[in-house]
Amino acid sequence: MTTTKPRAQMRISISWPVALLLVAGTASVRAAGSETDFRVAYAAAEAADQQASRLRNQWTVTAAALAEAKRAADKGDFDRATASAKEAEALAKASIFQATNEIDAWKQLEIR
Amino acid sequence: MKFRMPRSLSPERVPASPKPATEVSVRSRIHFALAALAALALSTLQPAGAADTPDPAADAKAFRDYFVNKFPNVKLEDFVNGPYALDGDMRRQWEEKEQFPPYEFSLEMGKEMFAKPFNNGKRYADCFENQGIGIKQTYPYFDEREGKVVTLELALNRCREKNGEAVLSYVGDEMAALTAYMAFTSRGRPFAIKVPDDPRALEAYQNGKRYFYTRRGQLNFSCATCHVQNPGERMRAEVLAPALGILNAMPIYRSEWGGMGTISRRFTTCNSQIRGVPLEPQAEEYRDLEYYLSYVSNGLPIAGPGARP
Amino acid sequence: MASSIRVRAIANVEATEVQTLIQHPMDSGFVRDAKGEFIPAHFIQQLTFEHGGRKVFVADWGTAVSKDPYVKFSFKGANKGDDLKVSWIDNKAETDTATVKIQ
Repeated sequence: MTTTKPRAQMRISISWPVALLLVAGTASVRAAGSETDFRVAYAAAEAADQQASRLRNQWTVTAAALAEAKRAADKGDFDRATASAKEAEALAKASIFQATNEIDAWKQLEIR
Repeated sequence: MKFRMPRSLSPERVPASPKPATEVSVRSRIHFALAALAALALSTLQPAGAADTPDPAADAKAFRDYFVNKFPNVKLEDFVNGPYALDGDMRRQWEEKEQFPPYEFSLEMGKEMFAKPFNNGKRYADCFENQGIGIKQTYPYFDEREGKVVTLELALNRCREKNGEAVLSYVGDEMAALTAYMAFTSRGRPFAIKVPDDPRALEAYQNGKRYFYTRRGQLNFSCATCHVQNPGERMRAEVLAPALGILNAMPIYRSEWGGMGTISRRFTTCNSQIRGVPLEPQAEEYRDLEYYLSYVSNGLPIAGPGARP
Repeated sequence: MASSIRVRAIANVEATEVQTLIQHPMDSGFVRDAKGEFIPAHFIQQLTFEHGGRKVFVADWGTAVSKDPYVKFSFKGANKGDDLKVSWIDNKAETDTATVKIQ
């Protein structure tokens, strides 16, 4: 630093970056934990939705939950993002169940 | 009807040539016996009429009988008017509107579009038999050369492509206007859909039928849920149309849309309304569905373009 | 360019019945397009029917009237063969007019 500053401010300016690093360090450890959770949950949800897509039976609400999860993750709210991702996975799995069940079940509705 | 055998009973597991008696394991003997039993059980389980090959004519008759019995006061030809055939108050409003129908502008636009030549000088009339006039009742048809169902919307875009024009959106106003005009020239003509004696055509027909009855979307509805089980009933503020004749008035001017909409538009929006992601317009399932629904309404008159709430 | 006004007037014993269908987007200004932009308000503000120099029906419209509006009404004092003039003006000061013979 080339500019002269009052002594009090200089003390603060020296210790402030150190303090910031400390705080950032612990926060990133916490975030990394739930971020990993989110990534795992999102990948699982996406994979299930892809399977539903192959079965030509995706639900709109699955896409909405996935989008919600991504939005929350972008904002850094990984708890909420993980919850949305898990909901998306459950919805996607339900749509897969529906498609496989209907392979035979449709006949029950048929007019004969 | 496809029966999926459990893997433990699948014929592949049964030894092709039996080993010498001393070497045949108890397990393979049991498998063989079970497979034989299953085959026997299957052959007796086939219910009458549900053979492997579909019978479209029988389906169509059963379909018609179902609705005629459900609504004995409705004339057969009147089913094409959807909710107006089932609700007197709605019918009065509709008849009054038909004096000055809301679809007039779209119909006129369609007529102009149809007559206007392409940049290369050719016209839509050159792509269709009878100059494209009075032919809507024969669509969709099964193209035996290609082995797929061809709908009118698909045929129109193919005509454009063939003549160097950009394709129209299947869910847009222009395709709706074009098909509205073509439907208008066929008004009163009975649906005359053919399912040729070709296993691929029968498969397409069956595929369409299966799509119609299959539940989908988070709301777990099939097309049949509304249009077979609940015609005449209310879905929020709408009165549900019967499936018999449901495509005869297409394309329709919907007050909800404030404009004319194609079959593709209706199929995709019905899907999203029950929270199912729609397939791409003119997807195989949708073309096959249109094929099935048109066939089972054979004999009923074209009433397009229609007006609906 | 074709007229935006379709009109039919029929003289009955009691009164003349008029029906009209007008092609107009009647955009309220509250609806967004596919890009998320507001579609600007564009709607008929006044619709007038005149017979024999006299205004027989005047409508003051706003954003609540939907696209391609339809109007039906009856009025007395006209005969078959008379002229009926229809005209409208919208918020962009665009106008259209049509004259039809009463049937």
